[in-house]
Amino acid sequence: MSVATGVIMLPRTSIGKKVIMAITGLIWVGFVTFHMYGNLKILAGAEYFNAYAEGLRSLGAPIFGHGHLLFVARLVLIFSLLSHIWAAVTLAMQARGARPRNYALKKSVQATFASLYIRWGGIALFFFVLYHLAHLTWGVPGINNHFIPGNPYNNVVMGFSSGPAIVFYYVALIALSLHLYHGVWSMFQTLGLNSKEYSSMIRLLALALAVVVPLGFAIPPLAVVLGIVTL
Amino acid sequence: MNLKLRVWRQKNAESQGRLVDYELKDVSPEYSFLEMLDLLNEKLMREGELPVAFDHDCREGICGMCGLMINGVAHGPKAAVTACQLHMRNFHDGDTIVIEPWRATAFPIIKDLVVNRTAFDRIIQAAGYISVSTGSAPEANNTPIAKTEADLAMDAAACIGCGACVAACPNSSAMLFTAAKASHLALMPQGQPERYDRAVLMVNAMDEEGFGGCTNIGECEAVCPKEISLDFIAQLNRDLIKASFMGAGKRL
Repeated sequence: MSVATGVIMLPRTSIGKKVIMAITGLIWVGFVTFHMYGNLKILAGAEYFNAYAEGLRSLGAPIFGHGHLLFVARLVLIFSLLSHIWAAVTLAMQARGARPRNYALKKSVQATFASLYIRWGGIALFFFVLYHLAHLTWGVPGINNHFIPGNPYNNVVMGFSSGPAIVFYYVALIALSLHLYHGVWSMFQTLGLNSKEYSSMIRLLALALAVVVPLGFAIPPLAVVLGIVTL
Repeated sequence: MNLKLRVWRQKNAESQGRLVDYELKDVSPEYSFLEMLDLLNEKLMREGELPVAFDHDCREGICGMCGLMINGVAHGPKAAVTACQLHMRNFHDGDTIVIEPWRATAFPIIKDLVVNRTAFDRIIQAAGYISVSTGSAPEANNTPIAKTEADLAMDAAACIGCGACVAACPNSSAMLFTAAKASHLALMPQGQPERYDRAVLMVNAMDEEGFGGCTNIGECEAVCPKEISLDFIAQLNRDLIKASFMGAGKRL
């Protein structure tokens, strides 16, 4: 096999695939943080929240036309997610092929739960994203029966009036927290930006994101359940 | 002390192996783990059975030949030692000890606990060297090297290539080995001219051998008898990314 050289060929190496995961992961860390912040606006009432949601469509105006920058953002997010999954699946297959037979007895010495099960967490998050879109973006009948297009405030309140929806959401937040905790630290390590000197600071950053982002996301459904946010 | 051993027995690369139970009596706590296996083998030979094949050479913890999965941990329960430097006082009377070979596609089993680690040699052959003749040992301070850099290079060079990192990794990744071998040269002036070609060539060779990718879990660092740091993996990642922008990867 010829040697993979240059930026274009980088993804042929295992490290290159991880670089893709780090960069696309970073894009998604940015997205979930922004998304969490946006969600909190629901506490300010229907008018404010719906205006924010509508405002996302005119993002980048007057340079971008109505909905154009949002369209670009969606493309980037979808492309990032698919690349992240492609790299993860390819690396998982490579790892699977790298051990012909499992140990009869195998113990972990220092690995965290978050790091050992990051692939399973990733699968859980992928299915959650699909469910979440069906629940609150597309309003698929059977998943969210009281969906009104263009009225996200109503959709959130009605969407979280069902028990299973809240359970799915909170389970996904746990998966998100674990994924962020290992993923954020791992991103620095993969990009070669980590060292013993900064490792504890990067761990702290990962921990902060793993706590703050899911906690922020947890507030709107809780506010609905507690009757703070109502129609 | 008396022990129950569950040892992986496998006739050759092709045959199906299995764990075989042995009882071993009167093991001195002063024995090293390999001396305990010697005792088992003497007993097996007296009984007309084939001894358990295992790799060993210096028995001083510096050659990298011995490597056993002991109760699910590479080189056993004690940190920063090879199996030969693990003593039986770390176990208790009546303990059951499960002994398996390193398990990785790139390390095929030769017999019992002995695996073929020439995959590591091929990674070194790819670029784990500098291609100029350095002649005899130069004057010590001809090329000044900062103490911190020299120490760091020495930390990387401490890798004995035992393969515990691969054995402990859930992905059977050889990143810690490859990173240590690339880094100890990347930290020295002599390693600079070919540094980025080396990173590309060694990573390519590593992938070709059928090792898995690194998921930054850190089990390798935890079991490494020489305590090689994950920092070297970050350095190799950094060098490979830089190398890809430079278009490096010319054969040395």
